[in-house]
This record gives sequence, C-alpha cells and structure tokens, in this order.
Amino acid sequence: MTLTDLMTILPLAVLVAWTTALLLVDLWIPKDRKGITALLAAFGLALTLGLSLARGQQPRQAFGGMVVVDGFAVFLDVIFLASGLASIALAHDYLKRMNIVRGEYYSLLLYAISGMMLMTYAYDLIIVFLALELLSIPLYILSGFVRLNLRSEEAALKYFLLGTFSSGLVLYGIALIFAATARTDLPGILAAVELAPANLTMFLVGGALLLVGFSFKGAIVPFHEWAPDVYQGAPSSVTAFMSVGAKAAGFAALMRVFVVAFPSLSTDLTPVLWGLAAVTMVFGNIVALAQTNLKRLLAYSSIAQSGYLMMAFVPYGQGIVLSDTIAAMLFFLVGYALTTLGAWAVVIAVEKAEGRGLELQDYAGLGRKYPLLGAAMTVFMLSFIGAPPTLGFWGKFYLFRTAVEGGFTSLALLGLVASIFSAYYYLRVVVMMFMRPGEPEARRDPWLVLTAGVSALAVVGFSLVPGSLLNLALQAVLKLL
Amino acid sequence: MDGYPLFSLVPWTVFLPVIGLLLNLLVGKRLGEKGIGLIASLASGLAFVVSVLLAIALKGHPEAVTIPLAEWITVGEFNLSWAFRVDTLSVTMMLIVTGVGTLIHLYATGYMHNDVRHNGDPERYRRFFVFFNLFIVAMLILVSADNYLMLFVGWEGVGLCSYLLIGFWFEKGADGIGNARAAKKAFIVNRIGDFGLLIAIFLLFWNFGTLEFDGIFAKAAQAAPALLLAITLFMLLGVTGKSAQLPLYVWLPDAMAGPTPVSALIHAATMVTAGVYLVARSSPLYIQAPAAQMTVAWVGALTALLAATIAIGQYDIKKVLAYSTISQLGFMVAAVGMGAFVAGMFHLATHAFFKALLFLAAGSVILGMEHGEEHAAQGHSPGSHELDPQDMRNMGGLQGRMRTTFWVYLVGALALAGIAPLAGFFSKDEILAAAFQQTPAIFVLLIISAFFTAFYMGRQLFLVFFGKARSAAAEHARENPAIITVPLIILAVLSVLGGALNLPGVYTLEHWLEKSLAHVPKVEFTAWVALLSLAVALAGLFLAWLVYSQRRMPFKDTDPLARYLGGLFTAVYNKWWVDELYQAVIVRPYRRLAEFLAQPVDVGLIDGIANGLGSVSRSIAEQLRRFENGYVRSYALTILVGVAVIMAFLLFR
Repeated sequence: MTLTDLMTILPLAVLVAWTTALLLVDLWIPKDRKGITALLAAFGLALTLGLSLARGQQPRQAFGGMVVVDGFAVFLDVIFLASGLASIALAHDYLKRMNIVRGEYYSLLLYAISGMMLMTYAYDLIIVFLALELLSIPLYILSGFVRLNLRSEEAALKYFLLGTFSSGLVLYGIALIFAATARTDLPGILAAVELAPANLTMFLVGGALLLVGFSFKGAIVPFHEWAPDVYQGAPSSVTAFMSVGAKAAGFAALMRVFVVAFPSLSTDLTPVLWGLAAVTMVFGNIVALAQTNLKRLLAYSSIAQSGYLMMAFVPYGQGIVLSDTIAAMLFFLVGYALTTLGAWAVVIAVEKAEGRGLELQDYAGLGRKYPLLGAAMTVFMLSFIGAPPTLGFWGKFYLFRTAVEGGFTSLALLGLVASIFSAYYYLRVVVMMFMRPGEPEARRDPWLVLTAGVSALAVVGFSLVPGSLLNLALQAVLKLL
Repeated sequence: MDGYPLFSLVPWTVFLPVIGLLLNLLVGKRLGEKGIGLIASLASGLAFVVSVLLAIALKGHPEAVTIPLAEWITVGEFNLSWAFRVDTLSVTMMLIVTGVGTLIHLYATGYMHNDVRHNGDPERYRRFFVFFNLFIVAMLILVSADNYLMLFVGWEGVGLCSYLLIGFWFEKGADGIGNARAAKKAFIVNRIGDFGLLIAIFLLFWNFGTLEFDGIFAKAAQAAPALLLAITLFMLLGVTGKSAQLPLYVWLPDAMAGPTPVSALIHAATMVTAGVYLVARSSPLYIQAPAAQMTVAWVGALTALLAATIAIGQYDIKKVLAYSTISQLGFMVAAVGMGAFVAGMFHLATHAFFKALLFLAAGSVILGMEHGEEHAAQGHSPGSHELDPQDMRNMGGLQGRMRTTFWVYLVGALALAGIAPLAGFFSKDEILAAAFQQTPAIFVLLIISAFFTAFYMGRQLFLVFFGKARSAAAEHARENPAIITVPLIILAVLSVLGGALNLPGVYTLEHWLEKSLAHVPKVEFTAWVALLSLAVALAGLFLAWLVYSQRRMPFKDTDPLARYLGGLFTAVYNKWWVDELYQAVIVRPYRRLAEFLAQPVDVGLIDGIANGLGSVSRSIAEQLRRFENGYVRSYALTILVGVAVIMAFLLFR
C-alpha cells in the first residue's frame, strides 16, 4: 500500500476514518445532545462529497488493480453521499419521536455508505464481496434498530438470514468463476476467457449466481420477497436510505462486473435479464395495487422501479448502446433517489409511534391541511408514474429509449403498460390527499419539510434541463474503465 | 461573443421577473400592497434595464448571438438547449415588452388598488402581480428563444397567463360565470391556433431534423416548396389564434373581461403581437413560400376591415378598443405578409405605445366613472340603478372633469387615427406605401379600414369626453391620482414621438432590423399615399364630428348613426353575427358529439373496460400477495426455485 493508493481512494479513506472516530466520540456525547452526532456525521458526509467532486473523473487504479475510481464511481458516490445527507435529515426528528435516539445510528449509516462507495470502486471480485458485506451488515443492524419492537426485529432477522443466503450465492459464484478462469480481477477474467475458453459451463453458472446475488440486493423478482417485510419493519428513515442506496449499489456492481468481465456471457444471459426485468415490472406494479399500507406500497413501488432499472441492463453486451444505456441508468437513479427520499420524508412526517399513521386513510385531507406537503407528495407520485413535468418522466423516457435502441421494443412496451397500471395506486395517494375529507396530523419538522421541498423542487427543476443532467451522466460513463 | 460580455446578461431578462414573482409568492403577504407593487414593477423595470444594455451591446456588434443556458432535450443525435437569441429583432421585442410592461405595472399598482376594493377581495392584489410577472417571464421566453420549441413554451406560457388574467374575477360577469366563460373561450380558441403552430413545429423537425432557427433557415431554400407552404400555413393558423385574426379573432373582444391593465399589456401591446413577431422571425421561411405570404397578407387586410366596421357599432369603451386592436393587428399581419417586415414591426412598436395608452386611459375613465357612481349613490337613494361604467352611452362631457385623461386620450386617439406627426401616422403610412407598391387591392382595403379607424375613434372621443354628462356617474367623475396619470403621460409622449423610430429618410429601425430579417424590401416614402392617408383620417374624424357632435346624444337613445345606416348598423352592432354563426356551426354540433361520447361511449364502454381491467388486476394482486406469507423458509425457497429455473434455462436450453 503506497501513498498514491491511499490518495486515489481518499474520499473513502476519509469517510471510514471519520466514521470510526465518530463512533468513539459519540461515547462522550450525552444522550439528550445526539444532535451533535448527527451534525458531525453530516459534516463527514459533506466533506467526503467535496473530496469526491474535487478529485475529478480521471480514471485511476490503485492497490494493484483491486480498485478503480472513475467517473461512473464518482457519479454514484455523489448519489450515495447526498442520499446519506438526506437520510440524516430524515432521521434526526424521527428517532426522537420513535424514542430510539442512539448515536451509533449515524456511524452505522456512514459505514453502510462506505460499503456502497467501495462497491462502486471495486475492480476485483474479492473487493466486490467485501463491499457487499460492508454495506449489508450495518443495514441489517439498522433494520432492527427499533429494539423490542417485534416487527423491526423480525425485519432485521429476515433481512440478515436471507441476505446471508444471497451472500453465499455470490461467494459460490465467485468461487466458480475463479475455478473457471483462475482470476478474480475483472480485466483478468475477461482476458482469461478470451485467451482460452476454459470451462464455459462453470463460468456461466458462476456469472448467473452473481446475477442472482445482486438481484437480491436490488429486489428483483423473484428475489425480492424480503423487501416488503423489511421495508415495513425497519425504521422509515432506514427504509428510505436502503431503498435508494442498497439498490443503487447493487445495480452499480452488476453494471461494473458484467460490463467489464462478462461481455461474453451476454448472449446467454440476455433472455434471463429480459425475463427478470419483465417479471419485476409486472409483478411489482400489480401487487402494489392491493397495498393499503404506505410503507408496503412504496416497497412494491421500489420493486417495480427495479424492473425499469433492469431494463437498462438487458442490452449490456451491445457495445453501441452501452454508454447510452448506462447513462440512462445513472439518470434514472438520480430521479429515483430524489423522488424516493422526498416521498419518504412525507411518509415520515405523517407517521406516528407504534406504526400508526401509515395507512392510506391517514392521508385523507392532507393536501388541504398541509398544501405544501400535499403538493410535494403529488410531485413525487407523478415522478414515480413517469408523468411530466418531473424527472421520473425523463428517466423512464431515456430508459425505454435505450431499450428500443437495443432491440427490445417489447420490453419497452411492457414497461409502458406497467407504468399505466402503476398510475392507479400512485394517484390513489393523491386522490386521498386532496379529494377525501379528513383531519390528518403531520409533523412539520423543518428538516423533513426541507428534504421534501428541495426534492420536489429538484424533481421538477431538473426536468426542465434534462439534457444537462444526461450529459453529466454520459461524461461519467465515458470515463468508465 | 468575445468582448461582449453584456450579451451573457440576456438570461437575466427572464430570471429577474422570475425572482419577482417568487418573492411575491413567498413573502408578498407580509409586505402589503406597496411592497408587492414595488417588487413586481422593479422586476419588470430591471428586465428593461437589461434589455437596454443588450441594445447598447448590439450597437457595437449587430450580428445575432446565441447564449446557451442549459441542455434541454438530448436524444441521440438530437440536441436542443435552453438558448437565448440576441439580435436586433428579439431585443426590439424585449424593449417593448419590458418598457411598456413596466409602465403598465406601475399603473396597475394604482389601478388594482381600487379594482380589488371595488370587487371586494383585496387579497387578490398579490395574485394579480404574480400573474403579471409570470406573463413577462413567458413573453420574454417567447421573444428571446433561439429555437421553435422554446418559443412554443413561451407561446403557451403567455396563453396560460392570458387565461388566468381574463378570468381574474372568475366569479363575476354575466350569471356569475361570464368572466370565466370569456377566459375559457380565449383558451380554447387559442388552442386551435396552437395546434396549428404545433403541427408546423412537427413538420419543421421532421424535415430539418432540428428546431434551431439558424439550422432551419440555412436549409430553407433547399426544402420542397409544398412542404414550406404547409409549414407556413400551419404557422399562420397559430398566428390567427394568438394575434386574433380571421377566423379566430372572436376571443379578443371577450377577453376585455380582464382588468384593464391586462387588456393593455396582454391584449393590446404585447401578447397579441406575438403572431406578428413569429412571422417576422420566420421571414426566411415565408420568403420561400409566396403563396403563404399572400394568404397572410389577405388574412390581415380582411381582418383589419372587418374589425374596423364592428368597432363602429360598439358602446363598451373597451370593446371599441378591442376591435380596434384586432384591426390594427390586421394591418401588421398584412404588412409582414407582404414582406414589409420592418413596417409591421414599426407599427407593432408604435401601436404598443398608443394602444396601451388608450386602454390605460380608458381604465382611468372607468375608475373615474366608478368613483362618480359611488359618489352619486351616496347623495341619492342607494342602489337606484346598476350602471355600467364602461358603457359610453353613460358618459359624456368628461373632458372638463378628467383633464389629464382627456388630453392623453386625445393624443392616443389621434395617433391611432393616423394624424401627422403622431406615431401612428408614420407606421401606418409605411404599411400603406408597401401595400400600394405590391398589391393595390390590399391597399384599398387598408385605406378603407383607416377611414373607419378615424371614424370610430372620433365617435369615441365625442361620446366620452364632449357634450353633456348623460348619467349621474359621469357628472361626478373625477381625475385619478398621479400613479395612474404619470404612466399615461409617459405613454402619451411616446405616442407623439414614436414615429421618430423610423422617420422617412432616416429609417433608423430599418437599418437596425435588417440585420435580423431575411430580406427587407425598400419601401419608398410616397408623398401622395401619405397625403391620402392623412386626408382619409381627417375625413373620418370630421364625419364623426358631424354625426356625434351636432346633436347631443340623450341618455340611452339610439345611436345617431343607426338612423342613417338602419339595418347595417344593427349588423355591425351584432358583430356581423359571427359568434352566433360559430355557435351554430361548430360549438353546438361539437357539444352534441361530446355528449354522445360522454354518455353511452365513455360511461358504458370505456368505463366498463377500465373497471373490468381494474378488478381483474386487483384480484390477481390479491392472489399474488399470498406468496408474501412472512416465513423466511418460504422466501428462501423462492430464491432457490428462482436460481434453479435460471440454471435450468441456461444449461438445458
């Protein structure tokens, strides 16, 4: 390990060091002053964000080719760090209200973000696995953060058991790939396959197992079943972060590993990817129709959104549309992150202790009593549907377009039909808020309102200049190693 | 743009009013009327300052400059930006919009103070100025756009603001819904025009692969003539909607339901001239399609004549001005149709001055009448009769009680009638000269229209300001405070001096604009055309004096003109029954079709399908959610089954 290596991954190194220090410092912060911990955590994230942005998009390898930092990684890191900042804003008041104020919350959150960042840097299957565990374990703990609450503990245990199961699949896949090629670094795998078509079956099975493992993280049907239970049981501020961060990290790893190391598998895997995307879109949207609990509704919505994201992944082996499709995925993730965090901010504002205030009926009259919250939530629902003038519209537009470009018109059509179905359950929230009488009570914590407001403004504002955002994404992809 | 950093200021013309409206939206409630009016006027005023700076910069660097702001739509090879175009044409429009706009903002701070109280809802003061600034934003986007799509955004934006402001008192008007109806009519009629413009934009994109002005105009000469004809004619449909030309002009008279500053700013000075601007902007396209040019010119000339005849038979002070606006827009459209783009733009500028002046002065008259009405009601039995303060039959003799308003109104009316050396004389004369050189038939139509123009303005002057007061309200009318009269005086000065923009022989505006227009034919100043138009104008005024000044018109008597014209007057009074015709031919059959589609088709068929689909998918959903049983072992099993299926597919296919 040289100084250059450390400098390359400086943002990550700083974040990990800061988090570890925070864990210690927190011991001396009295229980009624945990706002300081939150502030320190936010500062650490902001510092890392600044460092990430400052280091530019020039691709650089480090640690003997184990990690790489490029535009793709930086773009995703910005999403992770910004989501982290937002979820601190969401958590601050929520933890107090739910009576679960404990300082390690923030350290765990920051560790999870470190794992996600490492995931985007990973250029070796061993690092991929390390990152996967680093991001998963804090999330298992955070899911069960409402100690003594059965739902939360059940969620944590389920997430942990099934997560371990899927980690096992990933590890098994890595082992098979190593057996087939004798390499674990991504370029090495590619080179080995090109040189001598070793044991192709073993290689294929290994690749498929990796796909399954990451599909689990991204909540792709049929590996999604943990998601609704965990999303519902975990504290809402954790769910918000998880549904953005863990999903984006899963897709990032999928993209990086498959694009760099497994282009030779694309002909075999394309029908599988097609099927996963189609099933996820249809299943997620249809089951969401029957949900009346907001947290579960958003969970299925997030599964459906994974289906759209998967669509970007289907043509990953086609060199011509590759940069377009990755850019479309990054673009969609920005819109998805903003929309999701904003929507969860509203959910958290309405939620009450002991899991009350989460049913659809609890939103009746919200739009009349709190016009700003209602308007923001409407923006988020429209963005989820993919209706203009929101970022969600452009996200889907670019995704569907790359699907058509890659020759998967049927998939794009399916996505379109699924989106139309999704309008039913998203708009039901809007109908509830504005057209049903009710006397809801919402908590208007300034940080919550700020998160919801900024997200809503960004969702609408960016939709006016989608070209600029897409160009950023395209530039990030250009620097992909 | 090296060395001309001033150009990069252009986005601020849009940002400043945006800031203004956001400020008013967020903190306006706490600021009170003074603060709201100040912020809104300042936002518009600063945008004017920026426009002046741009004009100064253009003097040194007259070539068109494009200032990109942000990427907008990026799809494969197709790129479209939010980009501003700074050239002499766009800056001319910016100067008019922000300059006249600022004066009207100032006036409105005073006018709306009274209006919201008269209508009984002072809370709406803030809303008015938010809409007003929003309009400035949309209008500036329209004129400063560098591509047709951004222009269309502005085009729709001004339409929206027009709708919102016509229906500003949406619960007022005939049957408590009259104003809302007027707003709806404006919106729907404009929608027909917008549809045409949209088709034109589709065709442009389809054939040129871009929507940027420069890219399209560079390839215009190579395009198929039939295609260019289609594009320009569809564009003309958009023009007839926005600029109130035949056959879509019917919305503008109803639009007078909006508060008077709205009529002045949107429905006289700026928005309705967007169509003229569009044709001037697209001059490279129109020049390639002579048939379309001819159509445009004829539409303009016929509209000018038709509207001028209707204006003669109206009693509402604002309706007269509305038809006059339609008629004058007809002059401009005819001009740009004949390729006399400079003449059209010149008339657009001077018309913005004197028509804004006339509307604002009419507003001042209405305020004076309302005041007189309230004053009279105090002395006598309360609520003796509801009196229409806009009906000219109730006025008369106001020159003695409203001195300033009278003088500025006189200036505006004479400028509109085309009396030398006021602004309207020069600009109208340039259009007439162009028509005389190109198409004598159009020249004849326009000269007749000019005669009617002078006549109905004379009629209005005599009915409103001379003779004896014909109602108690008119007797007790009084002059308005300075915040109302000062903008009027400024506009009156502009209406006097506006002709200097393009004096024959000097042609400042022509040399200014020729850098932006495709082809500017030389319009010669023809002395006898000028003399003829002056003679016609004087004749019209004289005839009005003969009819309306000799015998005093008693209260609610028939118009003296009706005695000479008989049935013809009834026809113009009823606006040639065009509204009734549209009602019978288009609106009613359309309604019947809509009712048919709504009842059996939609409720029966469509809803049946939709509800059926809905209940089917819900029951599927209920079935599917059973998989979600909460047991970890079954979840793990599902994962395993998933893995097995994928492996089986991969290995044994």
